[in-house]
Amino acid sequence: MSASAPEKTMGYVEIPEVLDLHHTYDTATDKINDVILKKKTPVPIAVAMGICFLLVGLLFTTITKLVSTGIGIWGNNQPVAWAFDIINFVWWIGIGHAGTLISAILFLFRQEWRTSINRFAEAMTIFAVMCAGMYPVLHVGRPWLAYWLFPYVNVMQMWPQFRSPLMWDVFAVSTYFTISLLFWYTGLIPDLASLRDRAKTRVSRFITGVLSMGWRGSARHWQRYDIIYLLLAGLSTPLVVSVHSIVSLDFAVAQLPGWHTSIFPPYFVAGAIYSGFAMVLTLAIPVRSYFGFKDFITQRHLDAMSKVMLATGLIVMYGYAMEAFIALVYSGNPNEAFMMKNRMFGPYAWSYWMLITCNGVIPQLLWFKRVRLHTPTLWVITVVINIGMWLERFVIIVTSLHRDFLPSSWGMYAPTKWDIFMFIGTIGFFGFMMCLFLRFIPMFAGFELRELLHKKKSPPH
Amino acid sequence: MPQIFKPTANAFARLSIAIGFGAVVGSLVVLDLLTRSPYGTEVNVAREQPVAFSHKHHANMGIDCRYCHTSVEEGAFAGIPSTKTCMNCHSTIFNDSPMLEPVRESWKTGESLQWNRVHDLPQFVYFDHSIHVAKGIGCSTCHGRVDQMPLTRKENTLYMGWCLDCHRAPEKFVRPKDKIFDMAWEPPPNQKEAGLELLKEYKIDTEHYKMLDCYLCHR
Amino acid sequence: MNETPNTTPSEPELTLAEARAQLAKARGRNYWRSLEQLASSGRFHAMMEREMPKQAIAVSEWDPIDRRDFIRLMGASLALAGLTACTKQHEEKIVPYVTAPEEIIPGKPLFYATAFSHGGYGYGVLAESHMGRPTKVEGNPDHPASLGAADAFVQASILQLYDPDRSQAHLKLGRSATWNEFARDIEAALSPLSNGAGFHILSETVTSPTLAAQIRAILEKYPQARWHRYSPVNQDNALEGAKLAFGSPVSVRYAFDKAAVVLSLDADFLSHGPGHMRYARDFMARHTPELGKKMSRLYSVESSPNLTGAQADHKLSVRASQVEHIARALARGLGLNVALGDTTGHDEWISAVLRDLKRSRGEAIVIAGDNQPAIVHALAHAMNDALDNHGKTVELIEAVEADPVNHSASIKELSTAMAAGSVKVLLMLGANPVYNAPADCNFTDALAKVPLAIHHGLYFDETAKVSHWHLAATHYLEEWGDVRAFDGTATIVQPLIEPLYGGRSAYEVLSTVLGRSSRKGLEIVQEYWKEASNAGDAFDSQWRHWLRDGVIPSTAGGVQKAVAKSGFGSGAPAPLSSEFEFIFQPDYGVWDGNYANNGWLQEMPRPLTQVVWDNVLLLSPQTAAARGIKSGDVVKLAVGSREVEAPAYVQPGHPDNAATVYLGGGRTAAGRTGDGTGFNAYAVRTSEQPWIAFGTLSSTTSSVDVVTTQEHHSLDGRHLYRIATLEDFIKDPKWVQAYDEFGQDPTSIYPGFDYSKGNQWGMVINLNACIGCNACVVACQAENNIPVVGKDQVRRGREMHWIRVDRYFGGDPANPSTALQPVTCMHCENAPCESVCPVAATTHSADGINQMVYNRCVGTRYCSNNCPYKVRRFNFYKFADHTTPSLKLQRNPDVTVRSRGVMEKCTYCIQRISVARIAAKKQGRLVNVKQDGLQTACQQACPTRAIVFGDINNPEDDIAKLRASPLSYGMLIELNTRPRTTYMARIRNPNPELEGSSSAPQQGEPV
Repeated sequence: MSASAPEKTMGYVEIPEVLDLHHTYDTATDKINDVILKKKTPVPIAVAMGICFLLVGLLFTTITKLVSTGIGIWGNNQPVAWAFDIINFVWWIGIGHAGTLISAILFLFRQEWRTSINRFAEAMTIFAVMCAGMYPVLHVGRPWLAYWLFPYVNVMQMWPQFRSPLMWDVFAVSTYFTISLLFWYTGLIPDLASLRDRAKTRVSRFITGVLSMGWRGSARHWQRYDIIYLLLAGLSTPLVVSVHSIVSLDFAVAQLPGWHTSIFPPYFVAGAIYSGFAMVLTLAIPVRSYFGFKDFITQRHLDAMSKVMLATGLIVMYGYAMEAFIALVYSGNPNEAFMMKNRMFGPYAWSYWMLITCNGVIPQLLWFKRVRLHTPTLWVITVVINIGMWLERFVIIVTSLHRDFLPSSWGMYAPTKWDIFMFIGTIGFFGFMMCLFLRFIPMFAGFELRELLHKKKSPPH
Repeated sequence: MPQIFKPTANAFARLSIAIGFGAVVGSLVVLDLLTRSPYGTEVNVAREQPVAFSHKHHANMGIDCRYCHTSVEEGAFAGIPSTKTCMNCHSTIFNDSPMLEPVRESWKTGESLQWNRVHDLPQFVYFDHSIHVAKGIGCSTCHGRVDQMPLTRKENTLYMGWCLDCHRAPEKFVRPKDKIFDMAWEPPPNQKEAGLELLKEYKIDTEHYKMLDCYLCHR
Repeated sequence: MNETPNTTPSEPELTLAEARAQLAKARGRNYWRSLEQLASSGRFHAMMEREMPKQAIAVSEWDPIDRRDFIRLMGASLALAGLTACTKQHEEKIVPYVTAPEEIIPGKPLFYATAFSHGGYGYGVLAESHMGRPTKVEGNPDHPASLGAADAFVQASILQLYDPDRSQAHLKLGRSATWNEFARDIEAALSPLSNGAGFHILSETVTSPTLAAQIRAILEKYPQARWHRYSPVNQDNALEGAKLAFGSPVSVRYAFDKAAVVLSLDADFLSHGPGHMRYARDFMARHTPELGKKMSRLYSVESSPNLTGAQADHKLSVRASQVEHIARALARGLGLNVALGDTTGHDEWISAVLRDLKRSRGEAIVIAGDNQPAIVHALAHAMNDALDNHGKTVELIEAVEADPVNHSASIKELSTAMAAGSVKVLLMLGANPVYNAPADCNFTDALAKVPLAIHHGLYFDETAKVSHWHLAATHYLEEWGDVRAFDGTATIVQPLIEPLYGGRSAYEVLSTVLGRSSRKGLEIVQEYWKEASNAGDAFDSQWRHWLRDGVIPSTAGGVQKAVAKSGFGSGAPAPLSSEFEFIFQPDYGVWDGNYANNGWLQEMPRPLTQVVWDNVLLLSPQTAAARGIKSGDVVKLAVGSREVEAPAYVQPGHPDNAATVYLGGGRTAAGRTGDGTGFNAYAVRTSEQPWIAFGTLSSTTSSVDVVTTQEHHSLDGRHLYRIATLEDFIKDPKWVQAYDEFGQDPTSIYPGFDYSKGNQWGMVINLNACIGCNACVVACQAENNIPVVGKDQVRRGREMHWIRVDRYFGGDPANPSTALQPVTCMHCENAPCESVCPVAATTHSADGINQMVYNRCVGTRYCSNNCPYKVRRFNFYKFADHTTPSLKLQRNPDVTVRSRGVMEKCTYCIQRISVARIAAKKQGRLVNVKQDGLQTACQQACPTRAIVFGDINNPEDDIAKLRASPLSYGMLIELNTRPRTTYMARIRNPNPELEGSSSAPQQGEPV
């Protein structure tokens, strides 16, 4: 952990600016682009890439085994017909939430501190959604027929069944992915252009040239750019809410005790943002210290994001509390009550209490500024939150399914090695994409930083 | 370093976008057309058969469909004639024609003839001839003018959609009981009204989508 | 199981494609011949091994992969990129008959009346044949033993016919040999014997008149020859008891429909014994509440939890050795002169039962179990006499078994003779003594002393392996023969198909022994009956009637007049021993081990325990706790010097200091399915103590997976199973619905559907009648092509049964009440599964059926999650065997064989409905279940008619009446699923004097 004044001093600490004002436009731009333009891939990135690549291999092996023999290689059974597959799906989708939130909502609210993390968050979103997207397709018994979920004209004259939440998922997730991608790419164009202009070799120049689509930074370009960016921001704002609400309907629409509850949409969204921010920090903190980007991602950012996590974390806790209250007291439904008791004291009680600890108790440390500013602690907390959010989905899916209405059909669930391979496989895939991103794409919106720099240096009179 | 992009590059860019989009949509359209084309449906594709049997020839001699397809009125399958059925006549007529050698061979050895299926439904579809015949659907409605086919071929796709066309509006296709085996029958100009009359007569109940229940064909 | 066996190098490996090609050439009758040729080739065996029928348990791809696979898959993952869904249908052939048989309309099944024999006794059946291949076996309504029902054994017999592990050639010293060779050998072996001295025949229980006649003929020809009989599960005690009581070996026929009070002395008459199906039907007819009918009452004294006890109004769970003492006390109470034993603690119970028995003289039944000693049977006879039930509820008939003998004595005698070396030729018909002979016979060693041992059986089993000759036997669906039922009624057994594997029937074997090897089964059987019926010219027409009806009129055993002697019980009984007690019981699934290779029976959850694939040793919770034994722990049971290790299973309601030991496991030559399942209890079963043995039980350190289909055994206060006593019901007929505290809120966000017109299918399951025998489970499996998944998959909770019998315990674990509840798809009108399926693979039909379209299903499994009854089953793997030719022949052609990745569930036997619907529509009318004989497979198989299927719109229909009954209720209706399958609450008829000590649940106590 390199020394930066605020972290050293005890007691009251000054929270720094959203970026280091020593920078000039050039220094800022150069610093960002250097990472990409330098010939040699930095060793740590190379190593990380290597490891992730192996995991990707594992992922493809698992997928092959899965498609060639069947879902049976997983631990899923009767009654627990959904398990790791859907848990991981929801987890990844949740992580994918930070991106649009930061890009769109914070943009509309003119939050300056978003500038230096939005690119990063958006990239993460896209990769997370990719990972998530794999599961719905692969968890079905006959993946090669998954395209039947899309409404298209066919000789069977069959349409999908629009009453099914899974159907809604298809639209929600694909829309979300498309918009996020556009958003991300649009933001990239000016930076790709500046890369093009700084490119040293003909090849990289050509590539960046094609990608930047002939951006010349003319006033006309900028004016159009601002319009489209604003439009996309407006478009994706509702998505932030819609995607995870709809994912939550997969459960809320079913009549299973523990699933069938109206509070799911809001608290799924909160949880998603919670985990999204956690993941952004989990990745940003190491990157920031390795590439020495402390002057772009300052303590200010960490502080702000910690506060967002604290807030969403509290909403999530409120969700858990209400869930318990409704089940045990308010509904008066014995099945619901049993479900909650079973969660708390049944065979999977450990998962429930771990969840409460990870998502509810430990994050309370964020109330303390000192914790928020102590990067290593903060980093650990973010990891804990990621684990907690995974457990939340485990609890909701497995403990609800394994004991429902007919005691005769109760059972237990345990993952097989293939479940785990698949999960760490997707993590590897995610990491691999992240590495590629760090290596080949400017991880900060350079021009926005310059804009910000301008604002800061010459405040409007 | 010199510029590598001339202003014309923009034109290329736009073009390539158009092409990329077109390729995606186009390929989907092509795929759909392919499934509907004779390549996919095998409509009007005559199959190679062990004996070049001509329905045209036999029908024109006035042999009733049911002489060979005996169980069409009782069973799910219309029935494929046994070698004996062939030999009933061909032990005396054309009994030395080389074309019929496989038939005589089968008769001698007791080894069955092996015809290639022309109307082949998937394994999970359970079609019943008898009920269709009983409810006023004639042979030609599905099989076409078999009596004019030198070599047997499919007249219709037998796709689910094609089945539904009739199950959604049977009145367009039903015909009088005495015309079931009449290959030449054509729907009269007033088929719409006549059809509705016949539905009443045959007690074909289309309300509540009864004719569209999955289990009518899938079990 | 997975490795290829070493085939002779000279033969190239046979591939499936080849096999198919060979089969494709032939059709109709030829089909069978060529299949037979194919089957008898060694290469075919090799292929079978390679193709690994899913009857066998492990399948390579289900097992964890090794490193090599891992790399292979790595590579394959690239190829996967090219995976596509659009494939064209491969071309198909149509192969017509050369000459079409008149009776066959393609696609329409034919039914033939014949008889299945189990333990030597016949059960009349109707075998269904599709274009010449038997596919299903149903009960014959005209047959006294089945009355149209068919238990699990009958149902599963069809699978045995096609079992690829059946022996497929006659073998001499392990090499395949011809029939003539056998004829020569047996001739050569018998001729030197003077009057056949040294010629011994061993058979199982024989009731077949023809077979008996043939053996008698042999005994005439060779006066010195001996005929021994041994069935491991026999009626020795009943026989000795009858001799004790009446001096003659009479059989007994009970009329439970006439009985107001039934006392069972450790008799599981509802599920064991030659007449169990009929008895269950009769008993339940009287035990279900009906207006204007006196409901009968059942007292059960049981030494091991059984299905009869589960139905009892009062159950007394005692150690088997104490049953005699209780019987004596009861007998004394009825004024018989018998010495008393020790009944401390049960006297109140006994006296209450006595009062009840006396109240219902002439309409009571006292019945003793086959595992109780002769004296108990004798006492039962005497009691029936004293209550003058004879001629009313109990009838004595001449013995049904031909020349009955004591099996244990008979096998002992044989093994002694063999050991002494006086046995020169031993002919074993169907028996498998090497596996199941009493341990004290040392049969295997003795057999080694026999110069010529001939084994005739369906399998190349343990005995066949050590015999000189093995003769492949025919399955009952492949042979001509005859058999008698529990009441003596004879049935002609007729074949539906040429022997698949070239077997010969026992009749033909014996005929060969008599020097007439050329004679076919048909001649032999006809010859006997020509003589027996002395019908002369009318014979042929009579014969045809017998074949059509499946019963030969007036062959039932003639009623005997006999009065029970007295004095047999005057001697004092053996005092109660404190030694640990073992009770031997046939397994509910594989019986005595005969059916070990039958996947359906192995995977059938055993009633009461729900254990699959293994036989276990049952212990009471107290005993287990005291000895620190858990379910699955391996225990060592020792009787005398013999011992065997067995997995323990803790069973509530089992008497303490005793263990139930199920027979039938530990086979070593049963076949790929049966080998290595369970443990061999015969190792400790002796001819002195065949049923109740004293010994010691010690725990070991090891433990195994005892796999069950149900892990939770209490209803946790949920009102899913509803029960009340008769008085309470009469007091408050509305009590059943009183449980629906939340009522049913009909509001739904989706538009409703008008179900008021046309046929509207529904089902009622009568909890009063269900005895939990699982006949429905296997019947459904046979009808609907349901795959066997194997022990490991069941352990993972992936069994595929469409109907299951849930079992709950209530009350005191020492003497719990048992609730048995069949559960299958409820065909909800507001089906939760339908609204969540993204591809509309499960939808509702206009006649109220929840349709499942396999070919549309992509397998999201969402429907299963959302099904509150958890009746949906998912093909986690390609469970269905698409490779083994013989197993394919068994499939029901009207039901799709599901591949992997699709969901399936009960369809109300949609294929049967379709047949009826099409027939009715042709006549322009609605289906009428009575007129069209429409039944679901489970309903048809049910011995007690507990399942009723029908049209809820038709007021004439039984189902309409049942649904109107005050006992009718729906499961979980508060979810507004509007189930079409509803239940009839159970009513008990306890004795008010004993209600305090009641063993069954009270009203409101939901078990």
